[in-house]
Formats: sequence, C-alpha cells, structure tokens
Amino acid sequence: MSSATQTELDQTRKRAHRRRLSKDWSLFLLFAGPNILLILAFIYYPLFSNMYYSTLDWRLGSSSATQIGLENYADFFTSDSGLEVWRVTGIFTAGAVLGSMVLGLLIALVLNKKIPGKTVARTAVFSPYVLSGVGVAMVWNFIFDPTRGGLAHILDFFGFDSPEWYLNEDWSLTMVIIVYVWKNLGYCAVVFLAGLQSIPKDLIEAATIDRAGPVRRFFSITLPLLTPTVFFLLVTNILFSMTNAFDILRTMTPTGHGTNTIIFEIYLQSFGAYQRAGYSAAIAVVLFFTLFFITAVQLRFVERKVHYS
Amino acid sequence: MSLTRSRIPEDEQKPRGIAPEQKPKLTKAERKQRRRGGWLDAFSRENLADTIFTGYLPIFVALIIIVLPLAWMVSSSFKPPSEIVTLNPTLLPQDPSADNYQSVVDRVPLLTMFGNSIYVTLVGSVIKVFLAVTTAYALVFIRVPGKNFIFLGILVALMVPPEVSMLPNYLTITSLGGRDTLWGIILPGLGTAFGTFLLRQHFMALPKEMFEAAELDGAGHIRKLFQIAAPVSIPAIATVGLVTVVNEWNSFLWPLVITGSAEKMTLPVGLNLLQSVESQAGSYGILMAGAVIVIVPMLVIFAALQKYIVAGLTQGSVK
Repeated sequence: MSSATQTELDQTRKRAHRRRLSKDWSLFLLFAGPNILLILAFIYYPLFSNMYYSTLDWRLGSSSATQIGLENYADFFTSDSGLEVWRVTGIFTAGAVLGSMVLGLLIALVLNKKIPGKTVARTAVFSPYVLSGVGVAMVWNFIFDPTRGGLAHILDFFGFDSPEWYLNEDWSLTMVIIVYVWKNLGYCAVVFLAGLQSIPKDLIEAATIDRAGPVRRFFSITLPLLTPTVFFLLVTNILFSMTNAFDILRTMTPTGHGTNTIIFEIYLQSFGAYQRAGYSAAIAVVLFFTLFFITAVQLRFVERKVHYS
Repeated sequence: MSLTRSRIPEDEQKPRGIAPEQKPKLTKAERKQRRRGGWLDAFSRENLADTIFTGYLPIFVALIIIVLPLAWMVSSSFKPPSEIVTLNPTLLPQDPSADNYQSVVDRVPLLTMFGNSIYVTLVGSVIKVFLAVTTAYALVFIRVPGKNFIFLGILVALMVPPEVSMLPNYLTITSLGGRDTLWGIILPGLGTAFGTFLLRQHFMALPKEMFEAAELDGAGHIRKLFQIAAPVSIPAIATVGLVTVVNEWNSFLWPLVITGSAEKMTLPVGLNLLQSVESQAGSYGILMAGAVIVIVPMLVIFAALQKYIVAGLTQGSVK
C-alpha cells in the first residue's frame, strides 16, 4: 500500500470519527442538555451571582446598591448577631444529629430482633420523615402550647409547669430540636437497621457462646462493625440538619428569635424584616463552602472505608 | 476458641480437631429447631421476657411517640373549640364535627391550593423524572469526551441547598415575570441532580448484552433508551419519581418566597397563611384540619409504596 493512500485512509477515518463524535455530541446535548441548562441557570448561576451580591450593601427591591467589599463577611463572622447565628446553628446541629442518631440506633437495635410485627413498626417509625415539615410543625405547635397543649396537660398531670416554649429563646431552640429529631429519627433507624443486618450473625453468636453480655457484645462487636454506618449518618445528618429544617423553624418560630440557624438567617435577612440582601448572599456563600468542606471530608473517608472492606 | 465455660453440655464438648462431623450435626439440629419454631421462637418460654422487655415495650414506646402526635392532630381536627380550650382534653372528640374543615375553606381558598399543590407536584415530578432518565442515559451510554466532568458538576449541584440559590432565583424568576405564578414555582426546581445520580448508578449496573441485539437491528440511542433501558428500570424510576413527589409536595421555602396571593399558593404556604390569620385560642382545631389536609395524602402514598420511598430516601447508605 502506498503512503498516499495510507494518509487518505487515515483522513477518511478521522473524518468518520469526527462525524460520529459530533453526532454523539448532538445526541448527548439532546438527552442531557435541558437538565444541564436548568442546573446551570438555577444552581450554578445563583452560586456565582451570590458572590457578587455579597459585596453589596443592598436592600431587596431597591435599585441602588453600594459596593462594600468584604464587609458583609466580616460582619457575619464578628458581629454579635452573626456569632449568635453560629451559636444557634451549632447547638441545633449538635442536638438534632446526636438526638436522632442515638434514638435511631436504639430503635434499630430493637427492630433488629427477631420479633413479629417489626416491619410495620419500621414503616411507622419512618413515616414522619416523608411528611410536610409545615404540617408537622403546626401539630407540634399545638402540643407545645403552654396552656392548651397536650404536653402541658401531661406535665401538669405530673405536677410540673410547662416551660415558656415560645417566649424563652433557649426553650424555643430545644423545642425545634425535639420536633426535628421526631421527624428525622426514623431515617436514622432504618439506615442503622441496614447496617446492623450486614453484621455477620456468627460473630454475635460466637461472642454469646463466650458469655459476653448484651452490653459487652454491643460495644466490642456491634458498634465497631457499625462505624461506617455511624460515619455516613453523622455526615448526612449534619448536612441535612443544616439545610432541611427551614419549614419547622419558620412555622414554629416565625421571627427566628433564638432559632435563627444559618439557613433561617439567609431567609430572614433577605425576605424577613431586615431586607439586607447583600448580607444574606454573603451568608449563603459561607453556607455553600461549609457544606462543600463537609462533603469533601466525607468523600475522603468513604473512599478509605471502601478500600478497607 | 475456648469452650470450657460455654453453656454447651459436657458430652458435646470436644477438643478442637476431633470429630469435625459432630459440629454440623449440632447446627443442623439447631437449624431444625429454628425452622420449626420460626417467629414463634420469640415467644418461647426462655425468650418471652426478653421479647417483651427489650422488644415490644420499647417498640410500643417508640410507636406512641411517633403516632400519638398524628392521632392527636386527626382527633383535634374534629373537635369544636370548646373541646380544644378545655382543661380536661379527651383523646377522642366527644362531639365530632367537620366544622373545622369548613372553617379552613372559609379562611383560605383551600381547594385552589390543593389543586395548585397537585399541579405543581405532578408537572414538576413528571418533567424531573423524564430529565433524570435522559440525562442518566446520556451520561452512561453516549460516548463523548468530558462527560465525567459534567457528572462531577451535577454531583456538586446535588449539594447546594435551595436556601443558597433562593435570592438569585427570586430575581431571575421575577424578571421573567414568573412571580406569583405556578410555572414560577415549578421552573427553578426542574434541574435534577438527585434523580440523575441515582439512575446513573442504576444504568451502569445494566448488563451490556441487553443492548447487543437491538444494536444489531440498528437501533439508535432513542430506541435503546425507551425500549430497553427505561422499561427494565421501572422500579428505579418509580423510586426516583416517588421521592420527587414527596419533596415537591412538601416543598415550602421556594413557593413561600415566590408566591404572594392565596390563589397561587401551594398547601404548605397556604397553611402558613392560615396559621398567621388564625391565632386565637380555639383555632387549633382549624389548624389541625389544615395539617391533616397536607399530611394525610403523603401518609397514604407512603403506606402504599413505602418500599420504594424508603429505598430512595436512604440511598447511598447501603453500598
């Protein structure tokens, strides 16, 4: 074969390849394009425009804005009201995550026993997780009502006065944590249950034969083997509690006194009474990078776990 | 392993390595016993106390805590104001009436809101699921350079909560004239990262041979998607669809921000409005009736299809 025909052949092949590639690209864009466009327009564009807005001193709806550089960020990290948001977010996240994980694990341990009816119980325990946060919060508003609520009646029966859930900021924060845990613990229980069921039965049986008591068995066998699940739940719960609680917070404490976690503050600052859109955008940017950091840490660890098993 | 202190009877204790055929016999007998007993084992004399005190008792307590608030909600929604403000409330309404539901309809355009919720949920979910299927298919089966990079971009989007994009999206939708409209509620949420992610995992696990016959017939990607990949993935698509329905129905922040008039609100936003106009003593019954209307449809869907919903919502936990 002469070299001339060889290059000709090469070129035809290259052209065919390019034609196929452009055909594949147009198909790819036909299939995935709309979704990609929507994600760009309504997730990525906001991410970057937030960074611009965050440098402005600007009221929502106003046509004038002043460039103030990084002042909004400085404000959020140093002002009393900004630090209060961090404090509330920290307490809410810690309470929500620990509460739902500990209770979820306890329920999972019970549901892991061989007893009839546990499937129904599992479904019931999970159900609050799929319900409207607004609806659930309205129900709990009634239960927590200090004079007419169900909880006040129960406390009264035992001779206690109901705390001022809505007037005292610390009690307000406790209250929304309780409701969040109530809604969320079924999720933790179901994930823990899956983790428990993946633990080989013979390990537990062997320990039983060695006369390890239930407590010893839990701490020396079950819990160590459950660490991947614990870690997964820890990370997802931190992410969820930082981002999913808005409906409960807004419905139970509309003004956000004592319950203005970072997501609630983003809303309150732009659409609430304050109307500080630039400041709100700065908080949104900080929240994004916080979540990004947590996810990155998780990905590193999960990778290690996969290699381990 | 030391068996010297075990509960196995003396005559069955054998030193290691001797008569290994003895051991399977024992487990066989055990297995037989277990098979015979089955779930009744839980109620055998030695297990009964354990079953009750570490099984049913805690389950009962957990169920009370989970179910009682919801039962209280339903019961109170049928109570007249006098039974709400009483100091001696009863679990069941003494004089049940549907007046509270009528009051909800009087205060807010409930039927319109219910319709809005159904419309937004159905239209949003159908489009989202469709986009998730086509995007996932493209990411797995269409060979173009750089698609892993695109997938990475979708993964990052999965992480961005609606609160972060709320303000810019509000400005975008307002400038497009979508404020206080149903399409304005639906549009920004249509880009789907969750469904794409889940279905991509699913498509990657499909055996390649499945497509070979169709390829020999000269089938293109469109036929391969709609005649092979999608039909065999119905359970996974149903999972994505149901999770999407749950999320759309319960969605609160965005509809709250973008709607202004009661006629365009979805149920959660409408209930928020109801709560702000109904703040006096006896009105909890009305609010509970409102809560029933937003909660019960999801409870029914969940009870019927919980397998798919639980699987979808706990994705990623079981590797």
